[in-house]
Amino acid sequence: MTSPLKKLQLKTRIFTAIVVLTNVLGNSFLSRGMQGVGELLSLSPLPYIRALFNPWVAVGVSLLIVWLLSHMALLSWADLSYVLPVTSIAYVLVALVGRFLLHEHVSLTRWLGVTLIMAGVTLVGHTVPRTTGAHKPGTSV
Amino acid sequence: MKWVLVTIIVLATSAGEVLQALGMRHHGEIHDFRPGALGRVLSALAQSWHIMGSIGAMAVSFFAFMSLISIADLSFAVPATAGSYILETILAKYLLKEHIGWKRWSGTLLVACGVVLLAIE
Repeated sequence: MTSPLKKLQLKTRIFTAIVVLTNVLGNSFLSRGMQGVGELLSLSPLPYIRALFNPWVAVGVSLLIVWLLSHMALLSWADLSYVLPVTSIAYVLVALVGRFLLHEHVSLTRWLGVTLIMAGVTLVGHTVPRTTGAHKPGTSV
Repeated sequence: MKWVLVTIIVLATSAGEVLQALGMRHHGEIHDFRPGALGRVLSALAQSWHIMGSIGAMAVSFFAFMSLISIADLSFAVPATAGSYILETILAKYLLKEHIGWKRWSGTLLVACGVVLLAIE
């Protein structure tokens, strides 16, 4: 017996996790791939299409397609002003991966940034995911 | 050139996400995650001009971002594009009519400040 609001919050958490993970992994693969591609400043689509044949770029782009679709699903029931700050926990994940998996140095300023983001995400995470008319919890769940 | 790309990214990302939120709101909540139902959702979304416009704007933002990270570090690119947080929250309030109370505003500002701090070496 879960209330509609609890169900909405659980669904929102699961999709937020998918959005965050595909975003972090997708951008990491893309960034790794772009180092092998070189400078890319062109109005013609050809250099971009050529970049897609780099395997790192291809995996990155595939993950970013999953990111786009899960982000769209999330926005079908949650506010943009909720999704936007909450999914920024991705930045914290990037810093933690850098520190604990890649053993990079993370400066005090960066830890302060991580702390501010976590505080912001916690604040927004405690609001109801949707606030607009047709979206009110309990009316359309 | 870096800042031209940053401006393009901020404007295109904001337009893209606001259009995406509008399109998804028109579509309504997705409940059914079985493949057949998801296929029907995708074909409905393909006919929404909000969603198609959003994908166009996000493609512009994506290619501009690819160009930006080919000439600048990711540690510059990511926070420089954080300006879209503020712009999008304002648009969410006035265009999408979302109710943004003190928790959302202060949380969003904390996140935006945090992202900028992350970029400082």
